[in-house]
Amino acid sequence: MFDVNNLPALPVYEWEHGQKHAFLTRELCELTRHHAQSCPEYASILRASGVDVDRVQSYEQLPFLPVRLFKEFSLKSVPDEALHKTMTSSGTTGQQVSRIYLDRETSTLQSKVLSRIVGEFLGKQRLPMIILDTSAVIKNRAMFSARGAGILGFSMFGRDKIYALDENMQLDVEGLKAFLQKHEGEELFLFGFTFMIWQHFCAQLRKSGYRPDLSRGVLIHGGGWKKLADQRITAAQFGQELLETCGLSRVHDYYGMVEQTGTIYMQCECGHLHAPVWSDITIRRPGNFGVAQVGEAGLVQVSSLLARSYPGHILLTEDEGRILGEDDCPCGRKGKYFEILGRIRRAEIRGCSDTYEQK
Amino acid sequence: MNNLEKYINAFAESLEVAPDQVPALKYGESDQWDSVGHMSLIAALEDAFDIMIDMDDIIDLSSFEKGKEILGKYDVEL
Repeated sequence: MFDVNNLPALPVYEWEHGQKHAFLTRELCELTRHHAQSCPEYASILRASGVDVDRVQSYEQLPFLPVRLFKEFSLKSVPDEALHKTMTSSGTTGQQVSRIYLDRETSTLQSKVLSRIVGEFLGKQRLPMIILDTSAVIKNRAMFSARGAGILGFSMFGRDKIYALDENMQLDVEGLKAFLQKHEGEELFLFGFTFMIWQHFCAQLRKSGYRPDLSRGVLIHGGGWKKLADQRITAAQFGQELLETCGLSRVHDYYGMVEQTGTIYMQCECGHLHAPVWSDITIRRPGNFGVAQVGEAGLVQVSSLLARSYPGHILLTEDEGRILGEDDCPCGRKGKYFEILGRIRRAEIRGCSDTYEQK
Repeated sequence: MNNLEKYINAFAESLEVAPDQVPALKYGESDQWDSVGHMSLIAALEDAFDIMIDMDDIIDLSSFEKGKEILGKYDVEL
């Protein structure tokens, strides 16, 4: 297997189809063998699938696990004493949450890869950071949510951080004014969850009449569109609102999930989500799970080389999406690019920013 | 306060532990030094020595001892 320590150094968006496909196939086959040896439940699944790893020509022939399996079973490929932390997905009340078991190596690998991907958009410098959320979200460590984990994960890329909302979810106008004065003329990094940004940050800006100049900012946001889709808010409206209320125009959505932390899919300047070198997207037809063509909508499968302490390297999500192309996005990044169309019907509804319940 | 005292102090204050317990600390092995504590610690070290730590070093700073080695890169002598 490729030396794990060298993984983070790979070029994020440079490999074209042939090189990336061969690399992923070889490495994902190795990971499949590793999980079959280390996780008895996974070994049973692999046996039942009838797939002979030695004869696999493409990683798309390897069996995929439905993400909800991690809600029902404790799946891990490391002994308990090697566990470093357990991540749980953002389930709202009454839903079961996924449990993802991380050892130190996997957890470090996730952080390093995330920093490589985000670095492609923010540069190497750590910028002054505004978190478009409430400081209350990381106060209670026992109730640490996927939202809190996301904020902390991205906090690495910022310095001199402030929260735009106070503990009562009120816009901290004075805090923002002081912060912007202190960092006048500097580039800024903003991070938040899509729904929180819309519902709390933009709405309060509009109501208050305060119009901070964030035109030198780069916003990265994630967590899904479910709640905004319910309100019939489109991505274009979201972008327009940010531009009008605070002058933000460099806005990048991302697609990612706690089951494969680290390998997020960033939206480029052309509005497309991109697969980095360590992971890939496959679209499957809902009826027979065959691989869909470019442009054809279907279920999103995510494959990642970072899932080492738990057998989550090849997962079928409950999201619907479509590949838009490969190696030829006008932004210049290589690899597959795609869009997410929503959640499949009857799937449990969740998304990091959707776990905030309005009181 | 010399640099080593400042270094120990940054750990003690950001992670809320007694100074004599600081040298044995490792990331993830105490309740205080979790991912939340880690970001407070980084901020405290940056303030104490007026430096800006690179992302790779933030990820690698996993123990009291490792931190000393990393700060060396920023010309902080401990």
